[in-house]
Amino acid sequence: MNAATGFHGATQMKERLVVIGNGMAGCRAVEEVLARDPDRFAVTIFGAEPRVNYNRIMLSPVLAGEKTFDEIVINGPDWYAGNGVTLVSGDPVVAIDTLTRTVTARSGHVEPYDKLLIATGSDPFIIPVPGNSLPGVVTFRDLDDVDKMLSAAEQGGDAVVIGGGLLGLEAAHGLSLRGMKVTVVHLMPTLMERQLDEAAGWLLRQELERRGQTILTGANTKAILEADGRVAGVELEDGTRLHADIVVMAVGIRPATALAKAAGLAVERGILVDDHMVTSDPNVLAVGECVQHRGACYGLVAPLWDMCRSLAGYLTDAPQGYEGSATSTKLKVSGIDLFSAGDFSGGDGAQDIVMRDAARGVYKRVVLRDNKVVGAVLYGDTADGNWYFDLLKKGEDVSPIREALIFGQAFASGGALSDPNAAVAALPDDAEICGCNGVSKGQVVGCINAGAHSLDAVRSQCKASASCGSCTGLVEKLLAITLGGEVESGPKPMCKCTSFTHDDVRRNVVDKGLKAIPQVMQELHWTTPDGCSSCRPALNYYLLCAWPGEYVDDQQSRFVNERLHANIQKDGTYSVVPRMWGGLTNPRELRAIADVVEKYNAPMVKVTGGQRLDIFGIRKEDLPAVWADLNAAGMVSGHAYGKSLRTVKTCVGSEWCRFGTQDSTGLGVKIERMTWGSWMPHKFKIAVSGCPRNCAEATIKDFGVVCVDSGYELHIGGNGGIHVRATDLLTKVATEEEAMTMCAAFIQLYREDAHYLERTAPWVERKGVDWVRAQLLDDPDAVGRLARRFHYSQRFSQDDPWAARAAGERRDLHAHLAEVRPLQLENA
Amino acid sequence: MMLTGKWLDIGPTTQIEPGTARTLPVAGGEEIAVFHTMRGEFYALVNKCPHKAGPLSQGIVHGDTVSCPLHNWRISLRTGEAQGDDKGCTPTIPLKVDGGRLFLLRDAVMAGVVA
Repeated sequence: MNAATGFHGATQMKERLVVIGNGMAGCRAVEEVLARDPDRFAVTIFGAEPRVNYNRIMLSPVLAGEKTFDEIVINGPDWYAGNGVTLVSGDPVVAIDTLTRTVTARSGHVEPYDKLLIATGSDPFIIPVPGNSLPGVVTFRDLDDVDKMLSAAEQGGDAVVIGGGLLGLEAAHGLSLRGMKVTVVHLMPTLMERQLDEAAGWLLRQELERRGQTILTGANTKAILEADGRVAGVELEDGTRLHADIVVMAVGIRPATALAKAAGLAVERGILVDDHMVTSDPNVLAVGECVQHRGACYGLVAPLWDMCRSLAGYLTDAPQGYEGSATSTKLKVSGIDLFSAGDFSGGDGAQDIVMRDAARGVYKRVVLRDNKVVGAVLYGDTADGNWYFDLLKKGEDVSPIREALIFGQAFASGGALSDPNAAVAALPDDAEICGCNGVSKGQVVGCINAGAHSLDAVRSQCKASASCGSCTGLVEKLLAITLGGEVESGPKPMCKCTSFTHDDVRRNVVDKGLKAIPQVMQELHWTTPDGCSSCRPALNYYLLCAWPGEYVDDQQSRFVNERLHANIQKDGTYSVVPRMWGGLTNPRELRAIADVVEKYNAPMVKVTGGQRLDIFGIRKEDLPAVWADLNAAGMVSGHAYGKSLRTVKTCVGSEWCRFGTQDSTGLGVKIERMTWGSWMPHKFKIAVSGCPRNCAEATIKDFGVVCVDSGYELHIGGNGGIHVRATDLLTKVATEEEAMTMCAAFIQLYREDAHYLERTAPWVERKGVDWVRAQLLDDPDAVGRLARRFHYSQRFSQDDPWAARAAGERRDLHAHLAEVRPLQLENA
Repeated sequence: MMLTGKWLDIGPTTQIEPGTARTLPVAGGEEIAVFHTMRGEFYALVNKCPHKAGPLSQGIVHGDTVSCPLHNWRISLRTGEAQGDDKGCTPTIPLKVDGGRLFLLRDAVMAGVVA
């Protein structure tokens, strides 16, 4: 500060403005003040870092090698000297005394002030795990951090970045460009979950993985591992160990409030300020990431500029209050276009407009409330980001351009688009409608005029929208324009989230190799961010069926019964049905069931129609203990709760019955051993009767076997539900082995073809018995192929789900968070 | 469990997996369901569907709604209101996240307690 000593004498009469913090906010505030009144204050800035003011948000390009430090300096030494600003760098303020109006620096230097500005910014949050202070664990906040990362990168090796937010991903990108093998460990299931929804987060993840980064989501760091006195790796809660030569902790920031708190200023999450950035002490102001204004703390740069303007206005007697900022985010990773602004969490009265273009990797979502834009998430095409952000800030009513809003400014501003069909009507005849099959608008309209009055008819006659289906909406509009109200309705879409039918979705999952729910939603143009309670379970099943052993079941997409492996009842308790193979039981099992009923006060035990015992009234907290008791007696889950094989009902057959022709009980047990645990489109019931008297009621089951002297009649598609349907005879076979193989093949055909929640009875009626017979019987190898696929998928599904839960897996699904016991009750 | 102060600390955010809910029984009062959405937001509601009192905590969470496991009513996690053509409302409990922990408004938690 020697350079400015001379100035000091000459400016004694000026008010003394002391600024703590030489960062972006502190310097910008001084700039704003000087711009309004250059002669009013004698300014002294204290900086903790031993260097001039630089653009902190550009540290990412410096790390990535796209910029040098000199290029990101905002104010060089000349600026301080030229404006008479005293810079005290490398000597941070350690105390504020608001009574004597002085600050004390670490060196012991005391500086008096008239007005004090706190701009201490924020500190990186260090997660409290063992090893977090080892050499080689760095944060990503200032130039020293960047230098540490650069010197680590020179050695190459593995980097682990903890935190998949904006900062973490920029650090990961930089280290990856510098040649390190990078793994990102993120606690939440979606990258940048504060800025992105699930769909956009998934696209981002795909792109980063394509670039060679490893992304672990839902990953909780347990410890930083050490070797030879420095960092050697990261251990996750699930036991995974990752090798690391450097660990970057970028999980978030905390407003740096320690100084303000010690000085007795009002502090919550940040330093509390009013609309003029004044703290609880009228002579102390605060600005930037360290403040809390109207309940909000900001970690982005745009609000700082707004705050600095209000602060400067106040200090120069021209107050214009700060009212908070709307914020927008762009990820500074070259080649990835990503934009988010405002509130995109949806909610009441909020309406989503979603557009997905799988071919271009584009996802756009605009959220409206009361006909105003309140949020936007854009991935892959961010050209209109600023336009949406502008609409958001202005709070304009967008109803006149609503239909075209999602297509962007150029389109929406074309005017005359209040009719969504108008844009399509305005297309020239040679405009391409269906890119897959090269069909123009003229061809589609020609086809409609020639008599194709439904979507299906258009698809079959000119192939428009018959492949990927993404132009279905356009074809429907052309139908509406051409025919007026006379469009014949076609097959219904899966749910209101999509225009695709169940068949379309199943076909695309296989043809395109789609292996995750967010991927299906993106590729098939879902119009909601994360689906609904109708499509999520269906997609989960279709993926499970298409990719056995590969697809990881999504528990959040399962109905409660399949998550808790028990049946929910009207009072919120559960019923538990242990498996009894073929309906057989023994004293040990019966004793174990009796013991459970008494031990857990189950109010009712009932013999079911499927020849099992159902224990009612078990609380979800008690389920693991109940299962442990049943497991101990050798019983496993009966899957009475699942869209899966339920029971194989049998009669006593030739072993006891004087009419029995075959060992129906034994065959039933064998079939149940083969089929238990398999997931299906809906529940699936089997029965084996030992003679045509059919005591096991095999002819109202999904698959029924009726034994006769000469072999086994195999029946399909029966149902005893609302619409009773007797089975159709599929075929007759001579041996048990043939009966079992046909059973496996039929189940697999049903698994691969039926719609989710479609029982075999309506499925057989929809497809036709002849079709089913043809699939199974025309080609002599078909049954073998289907059965092999069934047996392969069974390798991954025949684990007793109760055993794992009884052993303590997923305790969170059963245990309460805690219990609240009000004091007055305890005292009473 | 701390019962002093305006806010009730019910533990770290990590104990509820995104897309699920967990329960908090209140002695003498209503059981509370604490939800964590796919998008990372947290909400607390009385664990009862306005329709037939189904345990909402066990429903499928999508967007900021939950579908009741008993009859598939869709309930807004923000307001507790039934969505679509269904009519009814479940009481909500103000919740805040601070320093990685969940806090419920004490008065609202105790609202149903018969002293």
